Amino acid sequence: MARSRPEPVQVVKQRRDAAMSALVHGVPYINFLGIEFERRGDELTAILPFDDKLIGNPMLPAIHGGVTAGFLETTAVIGLAWSGLWDDIESGRITMESLTAGHLPRLPKTIDFTVDYLRSGLPRDAYARARVNRSGRRYASVHVEAWQDQRDVLYAQATGHFLMPTRDE
Amino acid sequence: MDTQKAKMAEHFINAIPHCKALDMKLTNIGDGKAEMVLPYNDNIVGDPETGVLHGGAVFALMDTCCGAAAMCHPSSPSSTATIDLRIDYMRAATPGQSIRTKAECYHITRSVAFVRATAVDDDDALPVATATGTFTVQRS
Repeated sequence: MARSRPEPVQVVKQRRDAAMSALVHGVPYINFLGIEFERRGDELTAILPFDDKLIGNPMLPAIHGGVTAGFLETTAVIGLAWSGLWDDIESGRITMESLTAGHLPRLPKTIDFTVDYLRSGLPRDAYARARVNRSGRRYASVHVEAWQDQRDVLYAQATGHFLMPTRDE
Repeated sequence: MDTQKAKMAEHFINAIPHCKALDMKLTNIGDGKAEMVLPYNDNIVGDPETGVLHGGAVFALMDTCCGAAAMCHPSSPSSTATIDLRIDYMRAATPGQSIRTKAECYHITRSVAFVRATAVDDDDALPVATATGTFTVQRS
């Protein structure tokens, strides 16, 4: 049996990037912090470009602990939503038209979030990746790591539990 | 509250760029306790459909307030930094309402401060979030 011809690469990329952008740019707080996501296949890296309004200690200066927490929580929520949406995006159940029209999928809700501050956040860009350790029908557990200059030198890590959105359609 | 100490603390909080960006205000401080408020703002919404504030903004408020509570403990640490902070989000904050938080440094050693906090909106009886954390204690 002949396999169906794969879609052109730019069509696939455009659909995935549009879904990602709709998901991220629809949330005011994510835009307020200036967080962006880079996608390689289904792997996401969150980027927090440094800005003066993110400073928590002007003497050092260092990034505010609350900013680091918000950055990690965003990385966890988007990572979790993304892993759940992947199949819907690939199968075309979620269309680009509906996404660009602002019909955003419901995001998971944070139940609790614990941040471990390992080093002070330097006044430069930060990066983070989330790992979904368990994702059930109702609850999920996600771990996030954040670093700045060196990938192996984490400046913060976090674990959170999330309530999954109910699928109504 | 000791007005001089309160003024100093207020200066300290107001000098934090991120707190200024979120328009946070210190409303009370002294004896290892602090109170702060975060006004509702459209640009820190986490769920555009309902208008509920993002957990990150609440985290920033509670982290700052816990740090302030550790700083104003009678044993007078010279500075502090968060080691670990956990927040439990008990319910969605009501859109349009300010978030108020109270933090208390309930134990302090030579090097660690233990702090807890509660956050509410206009409904005082039902907390929006609770937090527990540990902070470093710098002695000059």
